[in-house]
Amino acid sequence: MSIDISQFHLTFFDETAEHLSEMERLLVTLDVRAPDREQLNAIFRAAHSIKGGAGMFGFPEMAALTHVLESLLDRLRSGRIALQAAMVDAFLDARDVLSALLAHYRSGDVASAQAVAIDGICERLEALANVEEMAPPARIDDDGFGLFIDPLAEPASVQTPLPAARERGAESASIRVSVEKVDQLIDLVGELVITQAMLAQTAAHMDPVLYEILLKGLMQLERNTRDLQESVMSIRMLPISFAFNRFPRLVRDLAGKLGKQVELVTSGENTELDKGLIEMIADPLTHLVRNSLDHGIETPEQRRAVGKRATGTITLSASHQGGNIAIDVADDGAGLDRGKILATAQQRGFNIAANASDREVAALIFEPGFSTADAVTDISGRGVGMDVVKRNISRLGGSIDVESQAGLGTRMTIRLPLTLAILDGMTVALGDEVYVIPLNMIVETLQPRADDVKSVTGQGQLVHVRGEYLPLIVLHRLFGIAPLRQHPAEGVLVLIEDQGKKAALFIDALVGQQQVVIKSLEGNYRKVRGVSGATIMGDGRVALILDVAALLQMTQGCCK
Amino acid sequence: MTEAALETAGATAASEYLTFTLGDEEYGIDILKVQEIRGYDAVTKIANAPAFIKGVINLRGAIVPIVDLRIKFNLGNIEYNEFTVVIILHVNSRVVGIVVDGVSDVIGLRDGQINPVPDLVASIDTRYLLGLGSINERMLILVDIERLMTSREMQLIEDAVS
Repeated sequence: MSIDISQFHLTFFDETAEHLSEMERLLVTLDVRAPDREQLNAIFRAAHSIKGGAGMFGFPEMAALTHVLESLLDRLRSGRIALQAAMVDAFLDARDVLSALLAHYRSGDVASAQAVAIDGICERLEALANVEEMAPPARIDDDGFGLFIDPLAEPASVQTPLPAARERGAESASIRVSVEKVDQLIDLVGELVITQAMLAQTAAHMDPVLYEILLKGLMQLERNTRDLQESVMSIRMLPISFAFNRFPRLVRDLAGKLGKQVELVTSGENTELDKGLIEMIADPLTHLVRNSLDHGIETPEQRRAVGKRATGTITLSASHQGGNIAIDVADDGAGLDRGKILATAQQRGFNIAANASDREVAALIFEPGFSTADAVTDISGRGVGMDVVKRNISRLGGSIDVESQAGLGTRMTIRLPLTLAILDGMTVALGDEVYVIPLNMIVETLQPRADDVKSVTGQGQLVHVRGEYLPLIVLHRLFGIAPLRQHPAEGVLVLIEDQGKKAALFIDALVGQQQVVIKSLEGNYRKVRGVSGATIMGDGRVALILDVAALLQMTQGCCK
Repeated sequence: MTEAALETAGATAASEYLTFTLGDEEYGIDILKVQEIRGYDAVTKIANAPAFIKGVINLRGAIVPIVDLRIKFNLGNIEYNEFTVVIILHVNSRVVGIVVDGVSDVIGLRDGQINPVPDLVASIDTRYLLGLGSINERMLILVDIERLMTSREMQLIEDAVS
């Protein structure tokens, strides 16, 4: 009887990936002059686990490399040899090679795995291991739990492995679940929300006295459904540290390559967001950090010349703001060069006034093909970066802002919605159709007086609201629908706002307010301008969800 | 064996086609692309969509666009009543619905029964046609429905390949 061992491969690959990630994290934070013994142990254990699995599942290249790695790490953690910076570099390179091998094994490409040159890195590791051993310090007994005092020991070498053991215990209280199962669960809960909304809508017409018990039950059902929904949505929420954890290594390597000294500071790593978003935000964030490193932070000489510390700082932070998550990438570098941007803009034929606000000038960097870099490095300067970043973030339903002060630094703020699937919306009627407007984009609703509605020739209509003139978006004209109300004073205006832009949306009537499940329109159809998605109402009909940001954008350029 | 017997036997047929009518013409599409057949009701209009895209419907929780081929190819009487049929297709991992005049039956055709299409025969561009099928007195215009629905002229897909 032979057991099909390949079913365990996937688990091994996932666990190895985690070990490699952990290894990298520890290696980057290792202090070469005074390495933490426990960290060295952890790195050793990671390599050891990979070696065991690689040997058992028949991945000889990985087993061979981790064997050499493990031997050197063992001597380091037992204190027999001292840590050198060159070793850390070698370990990081070995980790990269292991990562490449893992990728080949995962895709079943044995030939490529065999072709990976592990001899070079093995020799390097062995050469580094060939140093004189120091006098062995006190007995390093992991399992002693600090309870046994070696009379020969120096006080400094007494360890406390207990906290580490406890930490390990807490980590194992989790189950690995496939993303498909979670998504299916979320879909099913979404259907439950729709069904419950339908029941609630039907029950609204029932006699409350006659059906008191039924109505009470339905109210309970609504509470239960809401709780279930929140709980299920939170399954997919992961801390943003998953996206941040690649940056210490990236900053270290890139700063070294560019000859700059940079410190990376992170905060708000526990801020949670949807797993799907984390995966998609990684590339834009990488681009922004690389930009800061390449264009933002100056060389140590340049910094000293202007009185700054030689080491620059890049700050990555995340926080919840309303229904959104805000991610900041900030640096204390040179800031955006307003003059250079304006010059490049004029050179490329962009229409911008010389006295435009700093904000408008800064926004130019998001234009396609825009780059003020003199030299095109392999890192940046090709001018295809920032516009792609902006587009990708918009696609996620988010936005990006840039603030900068010459000589002081730059801050990029990315804002993303927290939940992808559920929305609190206001339902409105227009002609025969019903639309949904995200509640968090609505400021207020009102019925204007006829003389508050003004026209500006060639630019459309404005409405006067409490001293402000807001552009009027006549939705039925935009969408080509026959409305019930022709004049704004007969219908309802919904004042919408996003990122400081405001407008008044003219619709026929308000219908109600409810939580809706966002369904993708683009699954089977294509993107419709002004529409961000669709939902299914209580009566089974489809209602389109308005894309407020896009609608506001359509008013830009008219009516200041 | 007679043609009729072969038709019903299906065992030696090359593939099976669902036949439907658009105006006076009879069409056939690969049965494997057909998910279900429904009546026409409660379509939500989409802003600024071309006339032949009626809108979207709720198909057990999924948002599915509905295309009226009669409008698109200018065929038949364009009415919507209790006899109007919508064929729900599964093409290229998308679900779309097409409105037709009526659905007939499922027919198996062997290679010998399929002839090449001369130009200017059908209202649908020949590049979307697989051939002309002959069964008894009927001429079936066999359509590569996947190619048609994913083409740029159907405007269902962004950056579609023509």
